[in-house]
Amino acid sequence: MNLAQADSPSSQYGRQAGKNVLTPRRVRRAVGRGLVHILMILLGITFLMPLAWVLSTSLKYRAEVFVQPIQWIPSDPQFSNYLEVFRLVPFGNFIFNSFYVTIMGTVGAVLSSVTVAFALSRIRWPGRNIVFAVLMATLMLPGIVTLVPVFVMFSRIGWVGTFFPLWVPSWFGGAFYIFLIRQYMMTLPIELDEAARIDGASHFRVMWQVIIPLCGPAIASVAIFAFLAHYNDFIGPLIYISKNEMYTLPVGLLWIQGRYGNFWHLVMAASMMSIAPIIALFFVAQRYFVQGIQFTGLAGR
Amino acid sequence: MASIAASPVRRARGMSAARRQDLFYGLLFASPFILGVLIFWIGPMLYSIFLVSQDWNLITAPKFAGFGNFERMFSDPLVSQSLKVTAYFTFVGVPLQLLTAFCLALMLNRPIRAQGIYRTIYYLPAITPAVASAVVWVQILNPDAGVLNAILRVFGVTPVKWLFDPVAVIPAFILMSLWFVGPQMIIFLAGLQGVPKELIEAAEIDGANTWQRFWSIVVPMVSPIIFFNLVVGIIGTFQVFTQSYVMTRGGPQDQTRFMALYIYQNGFELFRMGYAALLSWVIFVIVLFFTVIQFRLATNWVFYER
Repeated sequence: MNLAQADSPSSQYGRQAGKNVLTPRRVRRAVGRGLVHILMILLGITFLMPLAWVLSTSLKYRAEVFVQPIQWIPSDPQFSNYLEVFRLVPFGNFIFNSFYVTIMGTVGAVLSSVTVAFALSRIRWPGRNIVFAVLMATLMLPGIVTLVPVFVMFSRIGWVGTFFPLWVPSWFGGAFYIFLIRQYMMTLPIELDEAARIDGASHFRVMWQVIIPLCGPAIASVAIFAFLAHYNDFIGPLIYISKNEMYTLPVGLLWIQGRYGNFWHLVMAASMMSIAPIIALFFVAQRYFVQGIQFTGLAGR
Repeated sequence: MASIAASPVRRARGMSAARRQDLFYGLLFASPFILGVLIFWIGPMLYSIFLVSQDWNLITAPKFAGFGNFERMFSDPLVSQSLKVTAYFTFVGVPLQLLTAFCLALMLNRPIRAQGIYRTIYYLPAITPAVASAVVWVQILNPDAGVLNAILRVFGVTPVKWLFDPVAVIPAFILMSLWFVGPQMIIFLAGLQGVPKELIEAAEIDGANTWQRFWSIVVPMVSPIIFFNLVVGIIGTFQVFTQSYVMTRGGPQDQTRFMALYIYQNGFELFRMGYAALLSWVIFVIVLFFTVIQFRLATNWVFYER
């Protein structure tokens, strides 16, 4: 419900009374609606401007980039800019590394979070509430406090310079992901588990065959959050990875900006290639993006 | 919940076999998180307390420094500078972000055509990877060839040097942050859609106008969501790192040397591990302080249904 709808009964009445009569009230409403649309379209253009800039600049000649006023549509689209990026830097490696870390991390985050969420919602055991309280506490703690000591720990076991620090921690469950799935699991009736348990199913089978199939939306949202978190991770590879060919897309992009900063068209072509997979994912799974975020917000109540 | 499963357990004296079994499986299934907390939170935090007293560059053996790191911190002008600019960015930026997100949500919460398309468009910038966005905005904010100044010129406004101007750099960061309010907007929208119609209709019958209905019903009903966005926003913004690392490296004149950036630079560029650990604790305490304060304040102005 919202405020604009509040006077809808009377407008419906007006529509019935005379279909083509332009009452001042209806004119005012039509103009109002038009103005809202104009405002929203202008806002839409504003929000899309950076993406339009990336796409447009990535297809320009080098000289065309600095032409004023800005030419939004390149005179002769240079798709070769994209190939040039692969020629100058091991961009294929960056893509491969990013996806490797992202997939390993996402799989681990989903599997471990589902398992822990199951323990915190479907099994009754002494200490469960304590673990849940700890979970809520870690949700609130600023992660930066562990940056230095965790680095020292990984350097002690010789993992600096490997991909392990970027995805192994995800296999221990993320507090936020566990919380999200746990809240979802709490809404499922416990009779489901009980019926399966009476039939002799183990906890593991109940989780795998009864509960997980019912948690699709929550798991999809967590998978997307985890995917984004690993794909976008910057400080991790910045600290742990030093070999150029081991860079993931974010640090690789930064490296390109540092070396070829004056070649705006190449920097934008590289940016476009690192943004594109996320936009594709967004359009395929938009529902779960939105669902997950709504769920987060409602969880905050 | 689990009343049927639990009742035989409760009747048993001591710990029955079933209850022991549940404890075993509970711990087993929760073990990734329990281990994770020990390995990635409690262990590192304890180790970090130890590090605070050390003078260590990762290469040579750590030296005990007593309160040396504390002395350095209190005489380091960049600490107060980084606190100042972080607070500026957080306490001006977050309210503006919430205001923008709330206005967008209010507009989207109307029965208009193509609502879903608008929502998608407003949300889209928020999903772009942070480094890519930062790299793109370096160009957008460029004083000579950037698009922002090009737009300002059209309106006859004098171009601003944005990232190169110590006064304009934080406003530039805040302006940029407004492009990424999509998640907050979605959360507000969900909240607005949860306001019961009956309440608004009842108020309307009682003669409340649009403005009164907004302030007396809609705002109180979504206040928990505002509060949630505020806490999450402050926690996140206090740890801002990527933008300043990619776009300014702390400059101009240390105006974007945010806390997280300064910690990173001490730890991983200057290799002062003890000092970086100490500064991490400062940010930790500050964020915790604001979280607690906000939960206290929340009881006064947040309206909870139950």
